[in-house]
Amino acid sequence: MGKYEPIIGLEIHVELATASKMFCGCKNDPFFASDPNIYTCPVCLGMPGGLPVPNKKAVEFYPDLPKGYQISQYDKPLAIHGSLEIFNYPINQSTNNQIKEKIRIRRVHIEEDTGKLIHATIEGKRVSLVDFNRSGVPLVEVVTEPDFRTVEEVDQFLKKLQQIIRYLSISGADMEKGSMRLEPSISILPITNTTNNPIIQYPTYRVELKNINSFRFARKAIEYEIERQTAMLDRGEQPIQQTRGWSEDKGVTLPQRAKEEAQDYRYFPEPDIPPMRWEKSQISKLKSQIPELPDQKKERFMKTYGLSDYDSDLITETRKLADYFEEAVKVAESTLDTGNQHIKQHHISPKKIANWMINKQPDIDAILPSQLVQDIRAASLVVDVSIDEITGAIEQVVREQSKAMSDYQKGKEQALMFLLGQVIKELKGKGDKQIITEKLKEKLALYGR
Amino acid sequence: MKLNTLTLTNALALLKKKEISLEELYRDIEKAIEEKNNELNIYLTVDKEAMKKARQAQELPLGGLPIAVKDNFLTIGLPTTASSNVLDGFMPPYESTVTKRLKESGGVVIGKTNMDAWAHGSSTETSDFGPTKNPRNLKHLPGGSSGGSAAAVAADMCIAAIGSETAGSIRQPAAWCGVVGLKPTYGRVSRAGVVAMGSSLDCPGPIGKTVEDCAVLLHVIAGKDEYDGTTSSQTAPRYQKNLKDGVKGMRIGLCYTDHPKLVGTPVDVAMREAGKVFERLGAKVELVKLSKSVKPNTILTPDYAIGLYTIVQRGEVSSNLARYDGIRYGEDRSHFGEEAKRRIALGTFILSKGYADKYYVHAQKVRSLYIQNFKELFETYDVLVSSPSPGFALPIGASAGDPMFGELQDMLVEPSSLAGLPGISIPCFRDPETNLYLGLNIMANHWQEEKMFAVAYTFEQNIRWDP
Amino acid sequence: MKTKKFTPKDVAKIAKLARIPVTLQEEKQLADGFNATMNVVDQLFKVDVGNVEPTSHVTGSMNVFREDDVDVTRTFTQEQALLNAKRTHNGFFVVDHLLEE
Repeated sequence: MGKYEPIIGLEIHVELATASKMFCGCKNDPFFASDPNIYTCPVCLGMPGGLPVPNKKAVEFYPDLPKGYQISQYDKPLAIHGSLEIFNYPINQSTNNQIKEKIRIRRVHIEEDTGKLIHATIEGKRVSLVDFNRSGVPLVEVVTEPDFRTVEEVDQFLKKLQQIIRYLSISGADMEKGSMRLEPSISILPITNTTNNPIIQYPTYRVELKNINSFRFARKAIEYEIERQTAMLDRGEQPIQQTRGWSEDKGVTLPQRAKEEAQDYRYFPEPDIPPMRWEKSQISKLKSQIPELPDQKKERFMKTYGLSDYDSDLITETRKLADYFEEAVKVAESTLDTGNQHIKQHHISPKKIANWMINKQPDIDAILPSQLVQDIRAASLVVDVSIDEITGAIEQVVREQSKAMSDYQKGKEQALMFLLGQVIKELKGKGDKQIITEKLKEKLALYGR
Repeated sequence: MKLNTLTLTNALALLKKKEISLEELYRDIEKAIEEKNNELNIYLTVDKEAMKKARQAQELPLGGLPIAVKDNFLTIGLPTTASSNVLDGFMPPYESTVTKRLKESGGVVIGKTNMDAWAHGSSTETSDFGPTKNPRNLKHLPGGSSGGSAAAVAADMCIAAIGSETAGSIRQPAAWCGVVGLKPTYGRVSRAGVVAMGSSLDCPGPIGKTVEDCAVLLHVIAGKDEYDGTTSSQTAPRYQKNLKDGVKGMRIGLCYTDHPKLVGTPVDVAMREAGKVFERLGAKVELVKLSKSVKPNTILTPDYAIGLYTIVQRGEVSSNLARYDGIRYGEDRSHFGEEAKRRIALGTFILSKGYADKYYVHAQKVRSLYIQNFKELFETYDVLVSSPSPGFALPIGASAGDPMFGELQDMLVEPSSLAGLPGISIPCFRDPETNLYLGLNIMANHWQEEKMFAVAYTFEQNIRWDP
Repeated sequence: MKTKKFTPKDVAKIAKLARIPVTLQEEKQLADGFNATMNVVDQLFKVDVGNVEPTSHVTGSMNVFREDDVDVTRTFTQEQALLNAKRTHNGFFVVDHLLEE
């Protein structure tokens, strides 16, 4: 490396989890449909006379990626010029500093999905079978600028985007189920000496990758493609503009016959759909309905609950987990008000809840937050010891350590620490230090000074 | 008396009074179809079960009356072809909103009528299933694209009919066949389930023997439809109610008679005569002068509308016909006829990268000028009146090979159609030698069909035939 | 403004984009037709449109949506969906092989 720099851009399609399709009332559930072609109607089957009527919910669904967006007509993107920050963990681990990278997003817009093709051979003839259950499913398209330089950055970005989409509850964004699809485009830039010049002259070609059904495939395909193109350049060959598909079996990318250049024509506003215009107030209303996103939540958890960066990251990984955590914190705090001395002494702190959730990974679907708090409390009692055991151990130490006892009675403060140490030792390190200290003091008070 | 010659309103009244029976009516209609359809080539399909369906609809407002429907409306149980080989044998799995409403009100689709293939034309000669003849004079064209529906009404092969218009496709054949045809305001009637031509222009509408018949039918088919996002949420009035309002005190603008192509023609004469009729009835009639730019109290020349209409319509056609690939239904794209190929290809060019801005966007700006011009004119005039066509029905064969035949025929209705305005064409003159008719096109502002009906009805009741 | 003259070669390119099969003779006919039509269309550029906005919807309708509800009354059964298809297989539409892998 060093001689070349990979230039990677992403085009990501995410199927929105609306009840119905983008332009018709057909059920939007292509993955779980029991049979092909059972969710179609005049509109999504492209029958004569079928007219699109946009789904209100699909139009209101959009991630808060961009800073300034304008929505005017359907033929115009819903959002332009946004960005998403990712943490870039440098490959060279000599420094622990994470570099914040801004990946620019060229545009976000809503479109509709196509029917699904399955390739088959029937009576010796190679054919494609078409299922229109997916046709017309609302799709958000996110196109980035070619701002990625490493596979790690791509990985980070995709995970972050997936997390945001799931936070917004707009899609399962599941690559295996096809509700999140990825088309990376890769080219290789030979690095010249003029490193001072910040303007990058992008290569004149790019290779688009298809058939990528998981994060793992994405990684492998991009890595393969970087290697392939680099090797070509090393041999003095020039890679060409091309669409290639990832073959998981062979572990290689293979050229695909590109679809016809259907994008080259029919640029005009859809006359069947009256124009959409949003008032500023409507946009701010929509904005206010956008839930707290992962980064904001993580910050807040660190500030409010004193969680570490690492813990907060894990606890806010999904909205569900984060909500569960906050619910548990609420339960723990509300029981504090009961006035029960014992519970007050056994305060379950947010940190403790977070630790428990991270270490024990409780099944949050099965265990209610209140149950979780009880479990933590019970466990801390079990791990601790009963009050009887504590008093037993104290009795024993008082009996055995007569020297220290007399020192204490003479007023030597260090003797208390010594006795406490002995009790803890007797209890084999178990027990709450605070409780043990109190109980010990109570006992010593009986002896007087 | 032959019952097939009855108007819709009269037939309904007689049925109600039990002076005639549905059986008698259908017998005469079916007889007329049997006798004339081979020669005229009006119906592509006739529903043999129509009488049975009519009996079940007797109690409904339209009483089971036989209505002819243009073959671009999807009808369950009757093939729908838009007169194109591409859709030959296509059996719709769903019903158009218009025919659904028609049936729910007791209308019966007696058959599907011939048209220019894909509604591309003004002659019904471009049908892949042969031309329709004008029942008034068999050597002449019925006009189009709703030529079959207009001819069905003129030939008494139905009680009334449904057509569709993009620019002139209802009014011009109605005029040429000597019947009444109405194009409503864009968005008044649902386009759902109608084979689309120009989506920003298409309007389904009624064709009848009288103005009142059209008023009855329009009320049945009009109104908001959840399956067409461009339909208006305004409720459609009962159009029959205001028919007799008269024209007293109305301001009527007479348009396009000073167009160089019309000066001194029979159309020019007929329009001026019509103007005199309105004046006699108490309206104030003024000639609205043609202008080459938007100026107060003048009307923008229709000359620009030809190019504008060509761009908008060809573009929308190429987009609407992109779906026909022979996979889900119909035949593949090699089955498109000459005219469809011509329009799809030109539309594709117009909307291609680099040209869309030049042509389509510029055209839509000129369209705004027409809209602005009409808006101003309707501040002065209650209705505008013109001819729907530059002349009488042309002889069969006239359209052959002319790529702009329809655009020139429909020149006089293109500006108002591009503005989405409603218009009704009623017969205003008959040439006793040829038995061919001229129409009078009455146009109103958006959603003001009622005003238009009142003017049309008054004219219809006061015109003296056979001078 | 004047549109350049169409040649049969131009038509062939457009026809391909429009997925319309045309014969050599049709290419010639279409080119002639296009030239005649565009002569008329070019009149449009004589109009001074000034600052006027392009029309987006003739009656000024705006923001028309449907609620996100499933409409089973409009959904076809598989049988209805496939009713008019020439080639079907186990509930699928069948087309010639589309993409090489």
